[in-house]
Amino acid sequence: MTLADLLSAPPAIVAAGVDVFSDALRAQGAEVYDVDWRPPGFGDPAELAALALDPRRAAANRTAVERIMAAGSQLVDVRPAREVLGLPDRMLLHAGPPIAWADASGPLRGALIGACLFEGWADTAEEAERILAAGEITLDPCHHHRAVGPMAGVTSPSMWMWCLQDPVHGGQAFSNLNEGLGKVLRMGAYNDEVITRLRWMRDVLGPVLAKAVRGPVDAGADPVDVKSILAQMLQMGDEGHNRNRAGSLMALRELSPAIVAVEGVPSSDIAAVLEFAGGNEHFFLNLGMPTAKLAMDSARGIPGSSMVTVMARNGTEFGIQTAGTGDRWFTGPANTPVGLFLGDYGPEDANPDIGDSAIMETYGVGGFTMAAAPAIVRFVGGSVPDALATTERMYQLTLAENPAMQVPILGFRGSPTGIDVLKVARSGWLPQINTGMAGRVAGTGQVGAGLVQPPQQCFEQALRALAEETRAA
Amino acid sequence: MTAPSDAGARHVSLRSGVYADSVKLMQVSRDIGARDGVTAVLVAMATPLNLELARNMGLAPDGDVSPDQLLIAVKAADDDVLAAAVAAVDAALSARERSSTTADAIPARTIGAGLDALPTDGSALAIVSVPGQYAVAEAADAIAAGRSVLVFSDGVPVEHEVALKRAAHDAGVLVMGPDCGTAIVSGVALGFANVVRPGPVGLVAASGTGAQQVSCLLDMAGVGVSHVLGVGGRDLSEAVGGLATLDALAALDADAATERVLLVSKPPAPSVAAAVSEAAAQLSVPVRSAALSPQTPDLTAAVEALLDDMGVAVPEWPSRPGDGVAAAPGAVLKGLYSGGTLADETMLLAAPALGDIRSNTPLRPELHLGTDLSAAGHVVIDFGDDALTVGRAHPMIDPTLRLEALEGVAAGNEPAVLLMDVVLGYGADADPAASLVPALAAARAASATPLPVVVALVGTENDPQGWSRQADALAAAGAAVFSSNAAATRYALDLLGAVR
Repeated sequence: MTLADLLSAPPAIVAAGVDVFSDALRAQGAEVYDVDWRPPGFGDPAELAALALDPRRAAANRTAVERIMAAGSQLVDVRPAREVLGLPDRMLLHAGPPIAWADASGPLRGALIGACLFEGWADTAEEAERILAAGEITLDPCHHHRAVGPMAGVTSPSMWMWCLQDPVHGGQAFSNLNEGLGKVLRMGAYNDEVITRLRWMRDVLGPVLAKAVRGPVDAGADPVDVKSILAQMLQMGDEGHNRNRAGSLMALRELSPAIVAVEGVPSSDIAAVLEFAGGNEHFFLNLGMPTAKLAMDSARGIPGSSMVTVMARNGTEFGIQTAGTGDRWFTGPANTPVGLFLGDYGPEDANPDIGDSAIMETYGVGGFTMAAAPAIVRFVGGSVPDALATTERMYQLTLAENPAMQVPILGFRGSPTGIDVLKVARSGWLPQINTGMAGRVAGTGQVGAGLVQPPQQCFEQALRALAEETRAA
Repeated sequence: MTAPSDAGARHVSLRSGVYADSVKLMQVSRDIGARDGVTAVLVAMATPLNLELARNMGLAPDGDVSPDQLLIAVKAADDDVLAAAVAAVDAALSARERSSTTADAIPARTIGAGLDALPTDGSALAIVSVPGQYAVAEAADAIAAGRSVLVFSDGVPVEHEVALKRAAHDAGVLVMGPDCGTAIVSGVALGFANVVRPGPVGLVAASGTGAQQVSCLLDMAGVGVSHVLGVGGRDLSEAVGGLATLDALAALDADAATERVLLVSKPPAPSVAAAVSEAAAQLSVPVRSAALSPQTPDLTAAVEALLDDMGVAVPEWPSRPGDGVAAAPGAVLKGLYSGGTLADETMLLAAPALGDIRSNTPLRPELHLGTDLSAAGHVVIDFGDDALTVGRAHPMIDPTLRLEALEGVAAGNEPAVLLMDVVLGYGADADPAASLVPALAAARAASATPLPVVVALVGTENDPQGWSRQADALAAAGAAVFSSNAAATRYALDLLGAVR
C-alpha cells in the first residue's frame, strides 16, 4: 500500500476522534470504521509520543515477537536443581520478583517453611521460620535462574527439574515437577502429607522420569516436542494455564512407554508414577511454563522493543520485565484474584496473586486464549461470551498472532502474542490472567481459581523506563 | 489420491512444531489435490496410519519420523506445478478464517487496531482528530501499517510533525497535517471540504480554507479537481521544510488523473519556497503556485491564471448585491473570519489601502490584538486560530464565539464595515445562515450607525448547504455576498473608500 494506491481508488477510512467527520464521510457513501478512541489509560503524553516515534521500535518489536514465535521447546532431561541450576544448600528459589522473608505473604512463607523441612534444614516449622527470618536462607527469584515455578514457585536443591531446550535459539529453561492439587507446597501447605509427597517425588518420581526422558534421548530418539503438545491442547479445550487436562494426558502418552521400560525399579513404583502423573490435571503446567519461558527468554535484550518478556508474582508484588529494558523489574502490589472458591473458602481467604505461571499469558496463551477453553470459564467465574471477548481484547494489546497456537472457535486465529507496553497504555486494557488462588494463611493450600490483572503501576513504570531509554538512545 | 506412479515430480517433507487438526489437513489435501497437474497429495500428521497411506502413494518419507511431525507429500506433473502446490500448502496452513463470533463486539481502541480489522488489499486512510497531545501515537500507527493519515488535530509539537513526516516518507505514505482541515482523496471529501466535480487539477494545500476557496472557484468555472492533498499549515515552515508538500507533489506527478497542480499556502519560508519550486520544476506535471504574499495576495487571481493556462474562460464569479447601505463617515473594517487563509488574504489585500490592521494573526507582530480581541480601528480576527479553538469546536461548526464578536461590533460606537466569511461543505454548520441572519439583523438594529455587511461565501451549489440557498438568505438579510473572498474584500474597501 503506497501513496500511489491511495490516489487510485476511493479509500476506506479508519477514524479516531470527533464524529462529525465520520458522519460527513458516511453521507458521501464512503466506507468508514470508527475507532472507539479514548485517552490512554495511563502514561504521560510526552512518553507515549517518544515511544510511538522511536524509529527502532517497529523493527525491534518485530524481532522480539518473531523470536518468541520461532522458539521451540524440547524435553531433554530431568535433573535435580542442585545439579542443573547449581543451586547451593541454604538457597531457595521463589516465584515473582525479588522479595525478603519479612515481606513474604502466607503461601510463600508456608512453601519456604515446607522446603526447609523437606531439605532437612529445620526439624520443625518454628525452626524453619526462625532461620528464614534470620536470613540464613538465601531467597532468589526463579526467573534469575532461567527457571519458572507455579504459585509460590519454591524450588529447593533436591527437587527434580524438567530441563527444556529451545532447538532454534539454543536456550534452556527449567521447572520443578507438579505436585497435583489441594494441600501442596506451591499453594503454601507444608504438613506431613506435603513433605511425604515431596520425598516420594525426590526418591521415586524424579529418578523414573529422568530415566524415561534421558534414556530415549541418549539412544538417539527425538526429544518430546513440548511446544507441539501445547499447540494441540489449545484445540482440545485447554488454555495452558488453568486447564491442562489434554496436555497432561498427551505428555503422559509421550512418556508412558519409556516410563514402563525403565529398568531396575519395582513395578509398583512404575504404577505409582503413572497413577500420579495420570491423576494430576496440572502435570503438564510445569512443562508448558518452561516452554513459554524459553520463548520469552529468546526475546531478551532487544533495544527499542516495548514487548513484555516476564509477568510474575510473588504473592505480595507483581513484576514485569520488557525486551527493551533487560533484567530490570517493574513492580506494583499484586491484586487478589476474583473467581470461585473450593468448599467453604471465600474471598477473605484468598492471598494476592502469586506465581510465575503468568509466563503463559506473557507467551500469549492462558488467559489470552480463554476462548479456546470454554470448559473452564465457569470455574474461573466467567461465561463463554466473556471468554471470547477476553481473547478478542488481548489482540489489541499484542504485537502478533502466533500461527502455532490456534484458537479454534475464532476461526483458528493464532493466539494474541507479545504484549506491547505502549498498546496496554493506549488501549486502557490490562492483560488478563487465569490463575489458581492460594489461601492467605501459610499452610492452607489452594482455596480457589479465578481471574486477575496486573497492577497498572508495573506498566506505568515500564513505560517511563522505555521512554527514558528511547530519549537516551 | 491416485495410484502410485513414477512419472512427474515428487515432494516429501516433514515439519516439526506444526500442528493442525485432521479436518483442516484433509481440507488442505483436498484443495491441493484439485489443482491442475497435481496427481497425488497427502498433508497429514505423520502417524503410522498416514505413513502407510503415503507409502501406498509412493510418497514415503526417509529416515526417522515422529507422529507429531507434519508430513507434506505431493506428486505433480512437473516441477513448476509441484513448487506451486507446495507453496499453496504453506499458504493454506497459515491462512486463517475470519471469525464473526465476537469480532464486532470489541471495538478497536486505536488506529492500529482499526486498521488491523480492515482487509489488507484495499486502499485505506486514517483520520485522526483526537486531542493533539495524543495524535502522534495514532498517526504513527497508520504509518507503521503502511497507510496514509490525515491529522486534523492541532497542538502537535513541530518536532513530532517532522518525525512523523520523515517516517511517512520512508514508508511511502503521506501525513496530511497536523492541523489539516481539508482534503479530497479520489473523490472522498475529508474534514472540511466541498462537493466539487472531478477533474484534472490536483491541489497541494498548506491551507485548508485556501484549498476550499480555490477548489470552489474552479468548480464554478467548470473545472474539477483530481485530489486535494492537505499538508498542514506548518509544512512550508523552516522547521518542517516542506516534507509533505514534496511527497504530495511527487504523488500527484505520478497520478494519471492529475494534469496540473496548484500549490496553495500562506506565505512559505523563503528557503522552503525555493526548494519546493526547484522540486516542482523537475516534475512532468506543470505546477503553479498560489502561495499568498504581499506581492501575490489574491487566491482568485491565482485561480484565474490557472484557468488561462488551461484555456478556460474565466466566468463571472457568482455574487449577490446587498441592500446598498453606505458606510458611515469614518468607518473602519471589522473582519470576522473562520478561515485563517481567507483572513490572511483579506489583510494582504486591504493593508495597502487601509494601513495597519490589528489581528490575532497579524501581518506584523506589533499589530497583535490583546486576548479580549478588541481594538479600535481596522481589525481582522481569525476565529479558527488554534488559540481560539482550545476546548471548543471550530467556528465552521460552532459559530458562538463569532456571533458574540458580531454583537460586540454593533455595540461599539465605531462606525464599521463588517466583512465575514461563511464556509460551506462537509463538516461545516448544516445551515450557517440560520444563525447568522438573525444575528446580523440584531447587530444592524443595535448599531448606532449604518452597518454594511459583506460576506465571502465559500462553497458550491452541490454542497449540502447549497451556495445559492445560503447566498439568497444572506442577501435577503442585506448582506452583499461574493463567491470570491478577494472580491468581497475589494467591495468592502470600496465601501470604506467612498467615505474616506
